[in-house]
Amino acid sequence: MSESRGRPVTRTARRVARRTVRRTLATSLIAATALLTASCSTGGASSKADTGAGDTTPVTITFWHGFSSPHEITSVNSVLAEFHKKYPYITVKAVAAQTDDKVNQAIRGGTAPDVAASFNAANVGGWCSSGAFQDLTPDIKADDVDMAQIPKAVQSYTAFGGKRCTMPWLADTFGLYYNKKLFAQAGITAPPRTMSELVEDTKKLTSFNADGSIRTAGFMPYLGAYGMLTEHLVPSWGGKWLTADGQSNVGGDPAFAQALTWQKKLVDWFGAKKLVTFKAGMGDEFSAQNAFETGKLAMMVDGEWRNAFIKNDKSSVDYGTAVMPAADGKPELHGAGYVGGNVIGMPRGAKHPGAAWKLIKYLTTDTDAVTTLADAIGNVPTTIAALNSPTLKLSKDAHFAPFLEVFKNPLTTTTPASPDGGAYLTNFGHFVEKWQSGGVTDLKAGLAAVDKQNNAALKLGQ
Amino acid sequence: MSTYPVTRLPLATAPLRARLRRNRLRVLLFLAPGLVGFAVFLVYPLVMTVWLSFTNSNMISPARFVGLRNYRYLLDGDPLIWHAIRNTGWLVVIMVPAQVLFALGVAMVTARLKAGASLFRTLFYLPALAPPVAATVAFVCMFNPNSGPVNRILGLVGIHGPLWFNSPDWSKPALTLLALWGSGTMMVIFLAALLEVPAELYEAAELDGAGSWQRFRYVTLPTISPVVLFATVTGVIAGLQYFTQAMVASQVANGNIQPAPGYPDGSTLTFPQQLYIAGFNQFHAGYACALAVVLFVVAMAFTVVLLRRASGFDIEESPR
Repeated sequence: MSESRGRPVTRTARRVARRTVRRTLATSLIAATALLTASCSTGGASSKADTGAGDTTPVTITFWHGFSSPHEITSVNSVLAEFHKKYPYITVKAVAAQTDDKVNQAIRGGTAPDVAASFNAANVGGWCSSGAFQDLTPDIKADDVDMAQIPKAVQSYTAFGGKRCTMPWLADTFGLYYNKKLFAQAGITAPPRTMSELVEDTKKLTSFNADGSIRTAGFMPYLGAYGMLTEHLVPSWGGKWLTADGQSNVGGDPAFAQALTWQKKLVDWFGAKKLVTFKAGMGDEFSAQNAFETGKLAMMVDGEWRNAFIKNDKSSVDYGTAVMPAADGKPELHGAGYVGGNVIGMPRGAKHPGAAWKLIKYLTTDTDAVTTLADAIGNVPTTIAALNSPTLKLSKDAHFAPFLEVFKNPLTTTTPASPDGGAYLTNFGHFVEKWQSGGVTDLKAGLAAVDKQNNAALKLGQ
Repeated sequence: MSTYPVTRLPLATAPLRARLRRNRLRVLLFLAPGLVGFAVFLVYPLVMTVWLSFTNSNMISPARFVGLRNYRYLLDGDPLIWHAIRNTGWLVVIMVPAQVLFALGVAMVTARLKAGASLFRTLFYLPALAPPVAATVAFVCMFNPNSGPVNRILGLVGIHGPLWFNSPDWSKPALTLLALWGSGTMMVIFLAALLEVPAELYEAAELDGAGSWQRFRYVTLPTISPVVLFATVTGVIAGLQYFTQAMVASQVANGNIQPAPGYPDGSTLTFPQQLYIAGFNQFHAGYACALAVVLFVVAMAFTVVLLRRASGFDIEESPR
């Protein structure tokens, strides 16, 4: 009898108890589910051409951007100060060093900033197709913004699926940096114009230690090292990542196999293990220990921003810049290259869309704002007016000229936006890792498999 | 064998039922905070995760039911998932037992120390206080094949050190070394359990002629088996959720500003990393939820199997 004390002793009483507990639990669960489901949907104001030109009510807006170097943050803040002079009733609270993951989380959590900028244009497809960033077309139309002032290639990576959910906020183009002193020592008088010349120069510029390890690398062919990425290399072969209908094209376009074959040959000349060891000691990419800045790397692929970093790091390297060499037999591609860049937009849930749009428009289309920031951080301006502006100091800088040339070249390409945030680049990156370490025996079959994987990933979000 | 109709029982009278109801309400009232927390932070996310795993959700726009598509993609579409499964499996099978054995070994040594016990216990515990990101960055720098001190020291004794975090073959062993270095918390738990083993049991075993191995096998191990079980279960769950160190190590070793999950050659890509990439980088929250469901089921299965096996071991071998 003592065992049954404290609990219902009859079947009916137990049934009643169980029913009560079940009902209570079910009710609580349904209530909690309903409450949380309601709270999980992200809402907020949407951009609907409420530019409020005449509205001068003081407002503070939040602006997240990814710049993190002190000189970059200072430059952004000085441009924002000019914006505040023009629109004294709008105060911008800028938050530096923000990543895309944080922006995405804030959008999902309903705490998105009014304006967000990103270095990663690959996310534009996901942002536009999911509605994470608002379509700016109504604002553009309402303010009659001339989109023809932005080059077509730049327009293409800042919109997706007919939605212009971001605007270009300065661009990045890639070229070849070379060490003039090491060139002179090796008897090289001019930067290479073809990939064969690049190989020859690399061999001349490379020196080894007594134990066989690399002392100075003429060039770093290992993909994934600093700016040496496939997306920066394949424009020299004219490679196109996606077909016109958005399908993966790395197996279908022979440029990828040709570029990888060229790259692997050079990796094998060094020895993959030696290159990986050397790569491990190259120093942080964005620091004064960068291997090019310290003279351990004679040539490298990098963005135009390196000019500003070399200056700010007070590096003593005597260097020159050039457009990327073209693949042998494709002289028309000399001068073309890769263009990507920063994008800026209005996340879903922005609390002050009118003021946010004013900031976006100012930062991306005001010639003074664009040229000032481009000069300060050493990026390529993204409007024709800014490019041709007499106040643009960069256009007079010999180090910067090749990057402007790449930007203006009609054969310059980019990595097109995809709804899955550029998953095709991630999949390709893993394939390339295997390839350069010697784990791929049939390149053609491997690239065809990557196409299949990329297309399956593209379908997943539909 | 005749039974009384339940309604006739005097216990089921109306006043008793009312009292029982009040009792139950009181109990529920006291349980309410816990139940609400359980429902909101466990049941609701679990139910939603299962539901979202059958949708094309991106956690931003409305989700659409897609049936088993995410699970099919997991099995034959995702090019990286088998890398992730193999790596996570490796960590659970190799790293976790290594960590348990290492922590137990260190605890046994420090438990026997006559002099400087506190100093050594503190020294072995200290790494556990280091933030995982900072510890991983420091480890990758120490094991840098080009400029790190580890390979330099190995070089002094004539050993050509491996590429560690830059080699697909050595990256997981290097992460295991990092885990061993930081297993101070587990060591302290083992130490507490070892110090609780009654000394009389050892004395009795010695009188019976037991050697050191037999004393460990038949006295120490059965006595501390609940702690070993706890360490193993929590270790396996942590192994299945292994994320931060692998993510940081791959990026630092790659030397590029962009995250490089899995570097080198996918060898550090773990299941939770792939889940994170799918959900937060590639806008495939539905697929990420499918991965989360699989991870949950596997963790549950591991835990149940371990608990069942261990309870049998405990009953049979315990000297009590």
